[in-house]
Amino acid sequence: MPRQTLEGPLTRDEPTVAADAEAADSALAASGDGSAFERLYRTHVARIHSLVRRMLDTDEADDLTQDIFVRAWQKLSTFRGESAFGTWLHRLAVNVILARRKTVRIERGRYHDAEGALDEVSGRRETPEMSMDFEEALTRLPDGARQVFVLHDVAGYRHEEIARMLGVVPGTSKSQLHHARMALRRYLDR
Amino acid sequence: MNDQWTDRLSEYLDGELAGGERTALEAHVATCAECRATLEELRRVVARARTLEDRTPRADLWPAINARLTPGRRPGVIQPWRLSLSVPQLLAASILLALLSGGGVWLGLHRPQLARDAQYTLRPGSPARPVVWTGRTDAAIAELQAVLSRNETRLDTATVRVVRENLAMIDVAIAQARAALAADPGDAYLNLHLADTMRRKLELLRRVNAIAVARS
Repeated sequence: MPRQTLEGPLTRDEPTVAADAEAADSALAASGDGSAFERLYRTHVARIHSLVRRMLDTDEADDLTQDIFVRAWQKLSTFRGESAFGTWLHRLAVNVILARRKTVRIERGRYHDAEGALDEVSGRRETPEMSMDFEEALTRLPDGARQVFVLHDVAGYRHEEIARMLGVVPGTSKSQLHHARMALRRYLDR
Repeated sequence: MNDQWTDRLSEYLDGELAGGERTALEAHVATCAECRATLEELRRVVARARTLEDRTPRADLWPAINARLTPGRRPGVIQPWRLSLSVPQLLAASILLALLSGGGVWLGLHRPQLARDAQYTLRPGSPARPVVWTGRTDAAIAELQAVLSRNETRLDTATVRVVRENLAMIDVAIAQARAALAADPGDAYLNLHLADTMRRKLELLRRVNAIAVARS
């Protein structure tokens, strides 16, 4: 266990304390305590909002983040505390995002071709004035590659889990991941 | 570039190639500078993905979310534990907390079981979930109190005395809640009450310590 500094207000075992406090807050929120739910929101909003930005368009991030937290509030009675609240919330967020993605595809009536879009992303690096950073390049990936990359490399899900979420076989998930990485290596910080 | 192998580099990187394929790929990479360079770039992409920073939205989304939560279950307006509390406000709040804590246990012990279940039910047929304690919160509280005892010299005597008295009152409330829970471990009301009291005590200790440090 790391040592506590004599003067510091709290450094020791902070993650454990936070986990206990969060367990308490999730139970309180499930009983209808909005203040406890606000604390959970403050703790997790950055992670959820960033997930939405990376998997969907930035201009939808605020609205969808709101939808996710409202959905979480409605579903809190199903949270049994078997995993950390953050893990449960993240999975719920992924489901909401993927559902929204399907709707967007139907509305737009098209689906990006992965190879073509990757070439498009790759090509932009050739033009200095259109250069972009890694995070921006990530959002320009085609749907499939973008989702798999975020879920696997950023969020840490396994291919089998991703395949179930996306309704594809694990081999497709692996292939999309490789294509995404190959495209993004051009946008590493120099 | 040899596409047969470059298409497998990510799988290799993730440790997903079987023994024979892995050995063959490693043999190829050992002799192919281009594949070695690509592999290193892929490794950097994976590392970069893990260091992406999460950012909060520019606007505070909570008011809009709060407005959409179930009517009748809106959060209460009493939120005494904001970080902007001054020392006098903090102490006043701690006294209130102690009184509420004691009162909460009293209520928990003196109202009918049916009323307990009904009060902390989110929806019909959905009873409140008891908190699962790891027990480490007690250790964290003890450590914070030890830190506070070292930091007390930075606070004036009157403040220290009031803080001590109120922490003692909160401890009594926690002990009462635990005693009640020992008799009825499944009581959701008492579970939540204990959870809330302990969380607030942690916040109080953190705040007092932070004030002490700020005064050094």
